[in-house]
Amino acid sequence: MSRGRRRADGTARGAHRAKRTSLLGGAIGVLGELLLTLGALMLLFLVWQLWWTDVVADREQDTIVAELDQQWGEAEQAIAAPQDGPPPVPDTLGDTMVWGTMHVPEFDRQRVPLAEGVSLEKVLNVKGVGHYPETALPGQVGNFSVAGHRNTYGRPFEGIARLEEGDAIVIETAEAFYVYEVTESLVVMPDAVEVIAPTPGQPGVEPTEAMLTLTACHPMYSARERYIVHAEFAYWTDRADGIPEALAPNGQEG
Amino acid sequence: MYAWMFRRLPGPLWVRILITLVILAALVVVLFGWVFPAISPYMPFNDGLVGSPSPGAGGTAGMGAA
Repeated sequence: MSRGRRRADGTARGAHRAKRTSLLGGAIGVLGELLLTLGALMLLFLVWQLWWTDVVADREQDTIVAELDQQWGEAEQAIAAPQDGPPPVPDTLGDTMVWGTMHVPEFDRQRVPLAEGVSLEKVLNVKGVGHYPETALPGQVGNFSVAGHRNTYGRPFEGIARLEEGDAIVIETAEAFYVYEVTESLVVMPDAVEVIAPTPGQPGVEPTEAMLTLTACHPMYSARERYIVHAEFAYWTDRADGIPEALAPNGQEG
Repeated sequence: MYAWMFRRLPGPLWVRILITLVILAALVVVLFGWVFPAISPYMPFNDGLVGSPSPGAGGTAGMGAA
């Protein structure tokens, strides 16, 4: 700016014009800098959303799982036999509390905390996957439904589209393992609440089977639709006996 | 604008560079810690729930979460 003014020394008119152009130039410069700043902020937001939320959530969820293991005592590696009796009813401890973990051998992150409720801020963004409070509990007849993030915030359901018929989904609580097997996957609109109805897909129909339903975003990095996985209760094992066969380290391919 | 701010900083060049870096780091901390978490519920790509009415509804508990 000052250099331009000096060069225009001499006539008053020249000085005047130079000052006006430099004012205009200054304004454009500031505007340009603001736009660059805005771009940098957006980029930074993406870095935060796509990377940092994972870093924070992974750390938090690993801590929660480690604390649960400490509290419950680590499960023995022996293979537990399936139980015949009715499965125990888990205690959900109250809204936003972690009361179990979910194992999916097919996923990269094979074990994540399971908490009560589907609040984004209080459960899904921080603790892991969340149980829809109105739905059944593990092992019960009805539809035990669980929501989780597919991208960002630890992405517990990132691999949801890899699940195929027969794949195991296991819920672990202080007392028991509940083993489910995938029956079908579908893509629905976000308002399709019938997928978490007691009889999946048929609201109002009295349930006869113990089902499990996972819900996640679809497509990846979007919330236009929902990816749904249904699974059917197979058996349960007593946690004191060890782990169920579905979680055996070198069990069947999968 | 930024050039003007930079000239306003006290001390020799290396001190001014240091101050700039500290300010930028503080800015990132504030953005990551408070600003971005506050605006993320209004972003339309995070919702995995069924039955939630619309994105941007804020973070109430239950099915209405954003």
